[in-house]
Amino acid sequence: MLFILQQYWWLIVSLLGSLLVFLMFVQGGQTLLFGTATKEEEKTLLVNALGHKWELTFTTLVTFGGAMFASFPLFYSTSFGGAYWLWMSILFLFVIQAVSYEYRSKAGNLLGHKTYETFLFLNGTFGTILLGVAVGTFFSGGSFVMDKSSIADTIRPTISYWTNGWHGLEAITVPFNLMMGIVVYLAARTLGLMYVMMQIDSDSLKGKCNSQIKVTGPAFVLGFVALLLVLFTMTGYHVNSENGLISPVKYKYFFNMTELIWPFIMLLTGVVLVLAGIGNTLFGKGKGSFYITGAGVVFAVWSLLICAAFNNTAYYVSTVDPQYSLTLLNSSSSEFTLKTMAYASLMIPFVFGYIIYVWRAMTRVKMSNEDLSKPDAHKY
Amino acid sequence: METYYVRTGNEFWKRTAKFWMNIFAVNFAIGVATGIILEFQFGTNWSNYSWFVGDIFGAPLAIEGILAFFLESTFFAIMFFGWNKVSKNAHLISTWLVAIGTNLSALWILVANAWMQYPVGMQFNPDTARNEMVDFWAVALSPVATNKFIHTTTNGYVLAAVFVIGVSAWYLLKKREEEFARKSIKIAAVFGLISLIVLIWSGDGSATHVAKKQPMKLAAMEGLYKSHPGTSIIAIGILNPGKKIEDLNTNPLKFENEKPYLFHISIPQGLSLLVNRKKDTFVPGIEDILKGGYIYTDKNGNEKTAPPIEERMEKGKLAIEGLSNYRKAASAGDEEGKATAYAQLMDNFDHFGYGYIKQPTDVVPNVPLTFYAFHIMVILGGYFFLFFIITIYMEKKSLIAKHKWYMWLAIASIPLVYICSQAGWVVAEVGRQPWTIQDLLPVGAAVSGVNPGSVRTTLVMFFVLFTILLIAELGILFKVIKKGPGA
Repeated sequence: MLFILQQYWWLIVSLLGSLLVFLMFVQGGQTLLFGTATKEEEKTLLVNALGHKWELTFTTLVTFGGAMFASFPLFYSTSFGGAYWLWMSILFLFVIQAVSYEYRSKAGNLLGHKTYETFLFLNGTFGTILLGVAVGTFFSGGSFVMDKSSIADTIRPTISYWTNGWHGLEAITVPFNLMMGIVVYLAARTLGLMYVMMQIDSDSLKGKCNSQIKVTGPAFVLGFVALLLVLFTMTGYHVNSENGLISPVKYKYFFNMTELIWPFIMLLTGVVLVLAGIGNTLFGKGKGSFYITGAGVVFAVWSLLICAAFNNTAYYVSTVDPQYSLTLLNSSSSEFTLKTMAYASLMIPFVFGYIIYVWRAMTRVKMSNEDLSKPDAHKY
Repeated sequence: METYYVRTGNEFWKRTAKFWMNIFAVNFAIGVATGIILEFQFGTNWSNYSWFVGDIFGAPLAIEGILAFFLESTFFAIMFFGWNKVSKNAHLISTWLVAIGTNLSALWILVANAWMQYPVGMQFNPDTARNEMVDFWAVALSPVATNKFIHTTTNGYVLAAVFVIGVSAWYLLKKREEEFARKSIKIAAVFGLISLIVLIWSGDGSATHVAKKQPMKLAAMEGLYKSHPGTSIIAIGILNPGKKIEDLNTNPLKFENEKPYLFHISIPQGLSLLVNRKKDTFVPGIEDILKGGYIYTDKNGNEKTAPPIEERMEKGKLAIEGLSNYRKAASAGDEEGKATAYAQLMDNFDHFGYGYIKQPTDVVPNVPLTFYAFHIMVILGGYFFLFFIITIYMEKKSLIAKHKWYMWLAIASIPLVYICSQAGWVVAEVGRQPWTIQDLLPVGAAVSGVNPGSVRTTLVMFFVLFTILLIAELGILFKVIKKGPGA
């Protein structure tokens, strides 16, 4: 039963992670504040169109973190406590986002609207890259030692330590992680461009986004394919389910896909949808491209995250000694807690239901300058 | 207020609701920014704690994410941007759902906080070296959690009520928006008074829980060092700064000779009455708890003699040694060794955290901070009770607009209500030091393996950022208020 619950919760956490990558179209849209949306009017439209959605992305990030803490607390403890500066940088970038929408255009905001736009741009650019880098460590690991018995050491009771002074910042220098960061950034920007084209009633902005997506869209596809090539030729770590011993296996992630098959089908579905969405934007009318590409991103990312831990794979490898690595088995909450949470998770379809209702109600009509001038408008 | 609007169709109520919503939005942004810090900090700064209690703490946090956060953030969009996009009723329901979502968020995070003050519904598992939940409802419905939820949310309601009255009084002072101000004051004063009565009632419950579950916190709240049957309660007092708990180790004679207070007015037998509802009972002071020997009732309702802290430290060390031996025996496949070690661990588990304590006085929190915070909170609580009654009376008799002193008093009450609220949190969190989990995990054993320099740098970084954001927030709020609901 514990095994099934661990798998179930990894599926849920991975789903949240993949939805987060999709919803980071908000961050992608924020990167357009400099260079693309050049006029004040365009910036205001952009910020307001994204502003109706930023909280959903933020909440998904917080819930992704909360679900990870709840289901796999040893990862939370080891990664957050060890890769301290990586997570702190991400935190800082999201804190500055949280206030920027509301404060940007308000009188008395101290820093001026340009500063808040810069905050949004920084969050959009580096927030996505660093989150991608952090996700990359699910495959490339981290420099930690972990021993639960240390809690019985009254002098030095901390159970995990990072073995270098960079505390996670070194993850940025790992090519695979950086590649993952750039691909997440490109995915967010591609989706952001599509969202703007779908949701904002401005010919000038639409024209600029149309030109941008011709570069960003193909770059995202190429980057993703390159990432898959590197991932499938990487060495992963296998967990012996009988004795818990962890050993390296060449092409582990490729084998995970081929041995399990269904994540591979999900990945292929994701890739096809992404290609269809981008193709529709570049060569067709672009209707529905945002949702088609978004669904593709969800399927693709979900399958990769599943691949990181399923099929007896260590999902957070210690580069110091693989035996310290985290697996679904050694890092999860207890059976009782996972089961309690599983009951709570039955509410997820209901949550999806009302999110879809609100989403539809709010995106039925494109956003225009006239909308923002209406007396009842809450303008960012 | 929006409910009034939907029921009456009167545009005045829509304008009023929208004004207060704008104020809410400015605060909400900062609330989101601080909320995510809390979540990250569990892992980044308290990694041992995250593992030690993650099995219990994670469940309320995950439920909060699924049930409350999405409710709040999804319907927030309709509440602010949906006036022209959904029907009046759908908008009203959205506003109520945001309110319910924010309160639900408070529920689950306070369940987690209450568990840290009063750990229940769990069992320690030596194989995983952590506490594991065995009874979800014992965690979710623990009396401390219920009380904390009521106390904290009503505190929020009182804060909001005083804020509304203060801002409205400013309009009256400026002779602007008089209808808006008077109606806002009327609603806020009644809402505030009802909330405050519940707040005081739950505060009384909270004190009773603290006395039974965290007696050291109560002793610090009262600056009570040596007690006696029929314990007095301090109404007002100034502590003697010369009486320092460190002296108990280095200069016990000096400690003994220093009086606890420079000045105090106390109510005889008040603390005994408050805690035990009997005037001649004994409520232990700091030294009594350190030395032990007094009778107390344990969580199973049995009367017991309190052990001295030194004895608890010894038992704590035995518990930790039991855990260490258990894990060694498990690695070696020694079943008999495991059983012996397990018995040693569980026999002493109630004292587990004391095994990390270096000297008995380390279990005493910062007495002056806890004492003054508690008394400031209580005195201000009493003040707000009078304030709401005066406000209701003056509003009813249409006297508010005629008395400038009242308007200034109402404006000055805004910072006071924030001080009151923060003082309450200081009592709750400073008063429980050194424990992250009461009796089980002191702060020193809960931290991450990050050097103090990194933590200091982060603290400075966020202090600077949030100081700037606070100035920005206040700047925006002042401008929004200055513009007024008519803008």
